[in-house]
Amino acid sequence: MEELLRIMSEVRPDIDFENEKHLIDNEMLDSLDIVAIVTDVNDEFDVEINVNDLLPENFNSAEALFELITKLQYE
Amino acid sequence: MVRNVLQYLEASAARFPEKTALKDEHEQLTYSEYVTQAKALATFLAGSEIKGQRNKPVAVIIDRNIKSIVAFIGIVYSGNFYVPIDNTMPAERVELIYDTLKPIAVIDARTNRSKPIEGAFVLDEIVQNTAPDEALIEAIRKDTIDTDPLYGIFTSGSTGVPKGVVVCHRSVIDLVEAFADAFGFDETMIHGNQAPFDFDVSVKDIYNAMRNGATVVVVPKKLFMLPKLLLDFLNEHQINTMIWAVSALRIVSDFKALDAIETKPQIKYIMFSGEVMPVKALNYWIEHIPEPLYVNLYGPTEITCNCTYFVVDGKQDEWKALPIGKPFANTRILLLDEKREKLVTKPGETGELCVAGTSLALGYWNNKEKTDDAFFQDPSITEYQSLIYGTGDMAYYNENGDLVFASRRDFQIKHMGHRIELGEIEVALNAIPFIETSCCLYDEARGKIVCFYQSQSDDTRAIVKLLGTKLPKYMWPNIFKRYDKLPMNKNSKIDRVKLKGEM
Repeated sequence: MEELLRIMSEVRPDIDFENEKHLIDNEMLDSLDIVAIVTDVNDEFDVEINVNDLLPENFNSAEALFELITKLQYE
Repeated sequence: MVRNVLQYLEASAARFPEKTALKDEHEQLTYSEYVTQAKALATFLAGSEIKGQRNKPVAVIIDRNIKSIVAFIGIVYSGNFYVPIDNTMPAERVELIYDTLKPIAVIDARTNRSKPIEGAFVLDEIVQNTAPDEALIEAIRKDTIDTDPLYGIFTSGSTGVPKGVVVCHRSVIDLVEAFADAFGFDETMIHGNQAPFDFDVSVKDIYNAMRNGATVVVVPKKLFMLPKLLLDFLNEHQINTMIWAVSALRIVSDFKALDAIETKPQIKYIMFSGEVMPVKALNYWIEHIPEPLYVNLYGPTEITCNCTYFVVDGKQDEWKALPIGKPFANTRILLLDEKREKLVTKPGETGELCVAGTSLALGYWNNKEKTDDAFFQDPSITEYQSLIYGTGDMAYYNENGDLVFASRRDFQIKHMGHRIELGEIEVALNAIPFIETSCCLYDEARGKIVCFYQSQSDDTRAIVKLLGTKLPKYMWPNIFKRYDKLPMNKNSKIDRVKLKGEM
């Protein structure tokens, strides 16, 4: 989780990813942020987040994204 | 003879009065409505306090909507030129731009106006309440010449002050004629506009469509986060022309979105620019939809969108850089040596890419010094005046005689499709009270801006918060490294070479 928070903070140092729960719904992230985060996550966690995973519920918080990563790692 | 872009609009409106010219997620306009609304704005402006002014800047607070385009064209009808201002830009940077620009009026073209902009004219209200005055419009047109400014676009400046590139009618006429000749553009095209209107990539959608009697569909911004829905949108609106930033095409290829859809979009043209297109991403597109004409376009705002193009013939070698190709008709490219004195002509030898032709911008608004630096006499011509624009991009000719981009000669970078002067970020950083000095470098391999700063306090979030009031988001550094003392070289300057090694 710490690694994920580091990745997300590098992309958007202004956002408090530990507490923010509405990253997509409140339009806090944009497409380039998502691409940057997904690229780094895929590299660092050795997963492949796919286009069908690109849903607001998977990206609204760092926690949600971490759950997705964990799920993908088990697949 | 075409000397004003409005002649294109009027010709298309005469050919296709009832055809949809502009469309976004909220509304659409036929060609005749487009003309009427633009003329209404011009009539209003000509009767307001800016009455009688010509070739002066009018700022437009833009949105992802067709109102923004109507505002632009209305301003052109009024005999003035437009300057798009992004509605999400930090207020301090807008002020900085206004200080240089001194706009004679501000038009609010936003869809959501719950927070009003003081002193701005609201396009919607004007269009609803004004009838076009044809005699007035005609009188204004009579006085125009093709070197009158059409638009101004602000770009990052190394001294911390953004520069306004001013482009005239003739340069845009040259652009759309060259595109029509090179690629066979016509009225059947439906442009899926991706580029924000303060990027000159969008100029190609607006004016190619205007010349050809084609349609522009503004693609909503949020779809670029949801690539599957983006492709559905292309199908739904029968979009067949994509003149997009590389970063936008990559959203589809990075997520392999073309694998996940049932109906492939029916595209005729896929053109991209803004930064180097990774061949892997391009090959993904070609593999999945081989039919369109793929074109790599190259050029900075100062030469009106693009000066060279490379038509991609099938999948490319991933180990080779994609060429930027050859110049458009009526454009000449020169490579100059470091001192900007001699021509570089040998294949493989690198020189600064310089551009000559009608496409050259009029210069930077109210900034003679910067204009003279960038637009200068062709050193191979001494007998008459012939200006060229030095792009600052280093390039070479490959074995096929195609130009290939190599690197930059200064501290300008391309980050997430945006052209950024690292110096502008440093100026903003150094203005923060607890930062003693700073230096920014670009980590190309990872696509991240790295900030090295000297300070006694280690508070990244405070820095970003302060930067957020001055710089747009894409200019914020991604990685911050604090130093008690930054390393200096023997000239008492920050040792960038050493810091590069510490990246």
